[in-house]
Amino acid sequence: METENQNPFQLDVGNLLAFNPFHNFPSLPTSRDELVKECLQEGTKLVQAVADSLFNLPSTEDVDGPLVKLPPPTTKLPREKHLPKPKPPTKWEEFAKKKGIKKRKKDKVVWDEQTGTWKRRFGYDRVNDDKDIPIIEAKMTDEPGEDPFAKRQDDKKKRVEKQEKNRFQNLKQAAKLGALPSHVQLAATALPITGTQVPPKKVTKDELGNVAGMAATSTASGGKFDRKLPGEKPAKKQGKHRKFLPVVEGSGIGSREKEQTENVLNKLISKHSHEILNVDKAVTMYNVKKEKKARNRKNQEGRSSSTSNKLKPKKQLHKKGAKRGPGSSKKGKA
Amino acid sequence: MMKIKTPKKGRVKRELDKRAPKLVETGKKTLILQGTKTSGTLNSVLSEIYHLKKGGAVRFTRKNDNIRPFESGGETSLEFFSLKTDCSIFVYGSHSKKRPNNLVIGRMYDHHVYDLVEVGVENFKSIESFTYDKKIAPRVGSKPFIAFVGEGFENVDELKHLKEVLLDLLRGKVVENINLAGLDRAYVCTAISSNKVYLTHCALRLKKSGTVVPRMELVEVGPSMDLVVRRHRLPNEGLRKEAMKTAKDQPKKKVKNVSSDAIQGTIGKIYIPDQKVGEMALPNKAKGVKRERREAKNKDANEHASKKQKEESE
Repeated sequence: METENQNPFQLDVGNLLAFNPFHNFPSLPTSRDELVKECLQEGTKLVQAVADSLFNLPSTEDVDGPLVKLPPPTTKLPREKHLPKPKPPTKWEEFAKKKGIKKRKKDKVVWDEQTGTWKRRFGYDRVNDDKDIPIIEAKMTDEPGEDPFAKRQDDKKKRVEKQEKNRFQNLKQAAKLGALPSHVQLAATALPITGTQVPPKKVTKDELGNVAGMAATSTASGGKFDRKLPGEKPAKKQGKHRKFLPVVEGSGIGSREKEQTENVLNKLISKHSHEILNVDKAVTMYNVKKEKKARNRKNQEGRSSSTSNKLKPKKQLHKKGAKRGPGSSKKGKA
Repeated sequence: MMKIKTPKKGRVKRELDKRAPKLVETGKKTLILQGTKTSGTLNSVLSEIYHLKKGGAVRFTRKNDNIRPFESGGETSLEFFSLKTDCSIFVYGSHSKKRPNNLVIGRMYDHHVYDLVEVGVENFKSIESFTYDKKIAPRVGSKPFIAFVGEGFENVDELKHLKEVLLDLLRGKVVENINLAGLDRAYVCTAISSNKVYLTHCALRLKKSGTVVPRMELVEVGPSMDLVVRRHRLPNEGLRKEAMKTAKDQPKKKVKNVSSDAIQGTIGKIYIPDQKVGEMALPNKAKGVKRERREAKNKDANEHASKKQKEESE
């Protein structure tokens, strides 16, 4: 005797799904309508089976109709996102757990002794605000000339910075484990500082063009046959800069060919000439030599008493003028 | 240098929290888009699927020519869209000579392609071509019945995959409570042959029957089409295992006072309450009991004595 209903279908009431794995079409129905009709028939049977189990579930009456609590779905489907990882405890939470410190519920308003009213714990009009303190008593440990009000503000700033740093460290730790809270993002603001503290200088378009041109002229053909990148414009001054003399030119003082040959000859012959003396150069060379000698002598004397050097007045101011005399006499000798 | 970015507006924060991974997941959103060329039938197929899934679907109408789901490099655009619209199922339609009226239905895990099924649409009948009593038309967003008919869904690999994907696509939001008066639609998928599936959308008419359960009647209303399975790509094993992990797999309830050890096996602790020595009964006979006994003895003795006296007197 079969007391339980043998249901050949696979039901998943949680998904309102029914599956009939036993049906097959031994031969495809000839017409489309026949096919559709048969499909609908089978579908009706399945839907009826699901509805049977659905309507037999305990229901509660609601405004719109009977409300039924569905069982959880039995077909396993893949998730769309990964499982959320639990947040790692922050440094304070770990410390509190170790010490056994429990969280205490704090009131929104606190009694302020100074004004005698209830004030917020934080925010606009708060208890123990720095700007409400009229007088700060001076202590023995205070340095003279230090503003205690500014000191309080600085301390507060430091505390806030420290807290920010700790919060950042906690978030970084969470991000490392992949458990960053969904509304928080850690973003990089500036490039990491490598080498000197100077940020990389932005090169302008003209500068880049000039550099490319300079590199081109260093080649033998002056950059004419260099392979160019697509879109690169030709260099402004191409080729080597050479000046050729005109073919026909009048002779005389202004003729360039004569000038050229003269320059070359002068350079060649000047090595054996005695007439050539650069007077100014000779004078400066002599003066420099003299000064150096005097300085060396001074250093040898003064090295024994180094402190007195600082306070000694400088005597060498008028020396240069006096040197002119022997310099000019040298001309006569040569 | 890193800095912490948090949203300044509560609305943005709520949106971000909605998109965060959850322990128990509700329905997936669908992204419907098309490729370089689409045919008329394909356009209507895509727009009708969008109508069927109005609450949880996003429709893109421009052509995207750099999406090729089955090629290794052609999925980046899809993944980008999925990330931006927070959609985990996509339906991509395209039409070419080799694959006419092509639909690629795919799923994403963590906004990367998880698996794909490519089907061709044949014998498409749109919603307008069906005539029916407008009163029984299903409402937007109602939870549908889904029926699969055919042994093909059990035996053939591709059809098994298609069944899973269709279930995911058609089922809508996962809800705990359902209003029985709001059940008005059903999808019927029959495996006609080893690679063809007939999918149709019907409205439900509940008729009075003798019992609590009403009699169901299906009336075809919505689009009906033949899906010919062309290609499919199953997810690789590791990814599948990870995606199938649920929160329930992790043991939450811990049995109290039981621990297990590798050496000793399972160990249980029994806590015995403190003995209340003052309230305990002594094992030796109480003094009162002794007295009782003595009295009883005395009484007997007296009775005997009195009896004897009586006899004597008599």
